[in-house]
Amino acid sequence: MALAFTALTSLLLIAIFIFKEGVPFIARVGFRDFLLSSDWRPQAGHFGIYPMIVASLLVTLGAMLVGAPLGIACAVFLNEFVSKPVTRVIKPTIELLAGIPSVVYGFIGVVVVAPLIRSQFGGPGLSMLCASLILGVMVLPTIISISTDVLASVPNAYREGALALGATRWQSVHLVILKAARSGIVAAVILGMGRAIGETMAVIMVAGNTVQVPRSALDSVCTLTAKIAMEMGSATGPHRQALFAIGVVLFLMIMMFNALAMTAIKKRFAGK
Amino acid sequence: MTDAVKISNRNFSVFYGAIQALRGITLDVLAHQILGIIGPAGSGKTALLRSMNRLNDLNPNCRVEGQILLDGEDIYQPEFDAVRLRKRVGMVFALPVPLPLSLFDNIVYGPRLSGIRARARLNELVERSLQAAFLWDEVKDRLQTSALRLSGGQQQRLCLARVLAMEPEVILLDEPCSGLDPISTSRIEEALMALKSKYTIVLVTNNTKQAARVADTTAFLLQGELVEVGPTDRIFTAPKDQRTNDYVSGRFG
Repeated sequence: MALAFTALTSLLLIAIFIFKEGVPFIARVGFRDFLLSSDWRPQAGHFGIYPMIVASLLVTLGAMLVGAPLGIACAVFLNEFVSKPVTRVIKPTIELLAGIPSVVYGFIGVVVVAPLIRSQFGGPGLSMLCASLILGVMVLPTIISISTDVLASVPNAYREGALALGATRWQSVHLVILKAARSGIVAAVILGMGRAIGETMAVIMVAGNTVQVPRSALDSVCTLTAKIAMEMGSATGPHRQALFAIGVVLFLMIMMFNALAMTAIKKRFAGK
Repeated sequence: MTDAVKISNRNFSVFYGAIQALRGITLDVLAHQILGIIGPAGSGKTALLRSMNRLNDLNPNCRVEGQILLDGEDIYQPEFDAVRLRKRVGMVFALPVPLPLSLFDNIVYGPRLSGIRARARLNELVERSLQAAFLWDEVKDRLQTSALRLSGGQQQRLCLARVLAMEPEVILLDEPCSGLDPISTSRIEEALMALKSKYTIVLVTNNTKQAARVADTTAFLLQGELVEVGPTDRIFTAPKDQRTNDYVSGRFG
């Protein structure tokens, strides 16, 4: 009880602290100049984080384009087409991937993926594309593990019902089972998004970290999280507060994703 | 034509792992009749039914011996396509399982799988099958609402309509009325009686009275064995086997 309370209190204190540092700053600089300006020069007193918001959202979107189809396909495969013993081996293995330190993913990005992008598509290699690919793989455990649970909870009666109507395995999956599991899978993807937008270390290593609104997927970008992590050590005064304010923005984004995921899950259990 | 054999079970056995669920069943299903299968829980009624459209294939522990012939062809031959079989032999389950789709989409699910796309044709199929299942009047104004909103009795009739829409040759029903009230039950029974002129029907039921009401032929299963089969009147009035007599007169089961 006391332990739970301690954990909860410290979480609450962290949130309060971030807001206390960040919100007054946003109020002072002005909502518009903070969120919608592209001018980020802390020494000169300009704190526009628009490019970083765009970068974070685009990198996350890219990660979802990579991770969601792969993850859902993998979950369907594990649930519908593979025998139980195989699933029992593969699923924990995939979940283990979540335990690999993100710096390792970043390392693979720098050493393998970025050079590949540079040689195949040109550009600096360390880019939005590279970050999206790496993040797309990093969110797989989240998406796969939640999606498999959701698919496993689809009543067997639906499968038999579809098959008894002359559906092939594959038809029963895409016409019935995916529909029945839809809201749960949506929730899995949104939780994956939360993970992707919050990821820092791997992104710093592979995204290139140039503050700019990217014109193509091969441009170097700097995400919100990367900005905080790189500059927190040396920032003072308003610069430091600006980084906290970025924290507030991130905080709200992730809260929003989680709230969306929760609504999706609730809708599922409320039945239709 | 009425005496033609539609499905013929020949010395057919089913094993689930080490357990033998059916012991050498030999039983003919005549075309355009309702065959009632009765027996206490665990007697193998459902196993037999699920063998006739190879739904047991889904269970990796399931093994079968013997033959089941549909129009003289062994459905357990490796080259016999199970998906095509299930289009010819439709099934209604004990618990109604409407797919999580609209009423309309539930019914056209099967036809769409067989490649029927034309809207007019689908509309016609929906109306005809719902009418045949005695459900049309209750739902005709809300075909686009979710099938999960219907009452239990309506859901079961929807499942029947869904099977009819595939225009199968045989309809298997697995205790279709076990969860329904008497009025819904009589609706289903009415529908079945009307349908047998076009289809061959196999009805598994826990309710011996239901078999007596609707079946032309009744088969009694006990512990995986076929005890007795014969015209329904005779099974209920003059059974040859003492166990059948005990069961239909309600002495056990």
